[in-house]
Amino acid sequence: MPPDSRTGAVPAPDIAAAHLPNRPGLAELFLAFAKMSLAGFGGVLVWARRAIVEQHRWMTAEEFNETYALCHFLPGPNVVNLSVVFGSRFRGIAGGIAAFAGLLLPPMALMTILGALYVRYGEIDVLRRILAGVSCAAVGLAIAVVFRMMMPLIRKRDVIGLGLMVAVFIAIGLLRLPLAAVLLAATPLSLAINFIMRRRASP
Amino acid sequence: MNSGANPIATLVWTFGLMSLFAVGGANAAIPEMHRIAVDIQHWLTDKQFADIYAISQLSPGPNVLIVTLIGYSVAGIAGALAATLAMCGPTAMLAYGVSRFLARSSQSRWPATIQAALVPLSIGLMGASGLILAQAADRTWVAVLMTAAAAALAFATRLNPFWMLLAGGLLGFAGVV
Repeated sequence: MPPDSRTGAVPAPDIAAAHLPNRPGLAELFLAFAKMSLAGFGGVLVWARRAIVEQHRWMTAEEFNETYALCHFLPGPNVVNLSVVFGSRFRGIAGGIAAFAGLLLPPMALMTILGALYVRYGEIDVLRRILAGVSCAAVGLAIAVVFRMMMPLIRKRDVIGLGLMVAVFIAIGLLRLPLAAVLLAATPLSLAINFIMRRRASP
Repeated sequence: MNSGANPIATLVWTFGLMSLFAVGGANAAIPEMHRIAVDIQHWLTDKQFADIYAISQLSPGPNVLIVTLIGYSVAGIAGALAATLAMCGPTAMLAYGVSRFLARSSQSRWPATIQAALVPLSIGLMGASGLILAQAADRTWVAVLMTAAAAALAFATRLNPFWMLLAGGLLGFAGVV
């Protein structure tokens, strides 16, 4: 799509996003995020990376990873955070709002229509059976993500990380404690342990 | 609907607060959504919660849009808007502020340490989501088997998740579940 037809990985020097050849405008931001959102079944991130890095070349792969890492460690829906951080980087607050709106409004309208259909027809037997089957599969997908994310901890034999993970799982999943209480206890603990471990690792 | 206060205000307050604790994305907040929507506010039954989770996975867009459906079932279109904006707005502003701050300050390594500390917690939260959703959705042994099969396939292969949802829907339609 972009006029430059560079292929493969160009060894990119560490340049700021503003120096990249393409700088999206507001309408472009809205449309690009609307497109990746509507393409994103079961998660938008893959499509966001494809559109931003490969298709439009608005960011290098490294810049995208850094931006995503920031959005992942902040609270809230990651891709939504990404849209605002990305949009505002190019066009300030207006750019952030354009990307945010593009990401959320179209699928939200669709979701509202589906919600209305569900409220009206949700008790019809055929629909009930289909939804029951879909939710079985959807839960399986969610569980698979957990195991995929767990693999690096297991490979690194990160006993402390795995211990914290299990503790949170028990507190929320089995004991059904409130999220805020669990995180207010677990986050400082995990941070303290990690800082101490880092200090020991690099004297 | 059966809480005395203005339902829109309850939605805004509930999801606005929840979003600030949703470390690791929307799926990590599923247990809290379930706890509040099913156990505390009685907006939805367990079964309905499993249903709207399925609908939110079936349709495109960020996973967080399950809150749109919760909001809709509580207070119609206004509820859908209120819940979505409350869940996405405050943290988006926070992300904007932090990214501006980081852009100004020199590249520091502290985000890496914080991230390393938060990752195990968000995996634990997502594991809890899986358990709670499985308890809501899997009422029969066949259903448990289907969930296990989907989990194994998604873990071991790069198959597009949409096909597995479709297969689940077809099996459900055939009356297997």
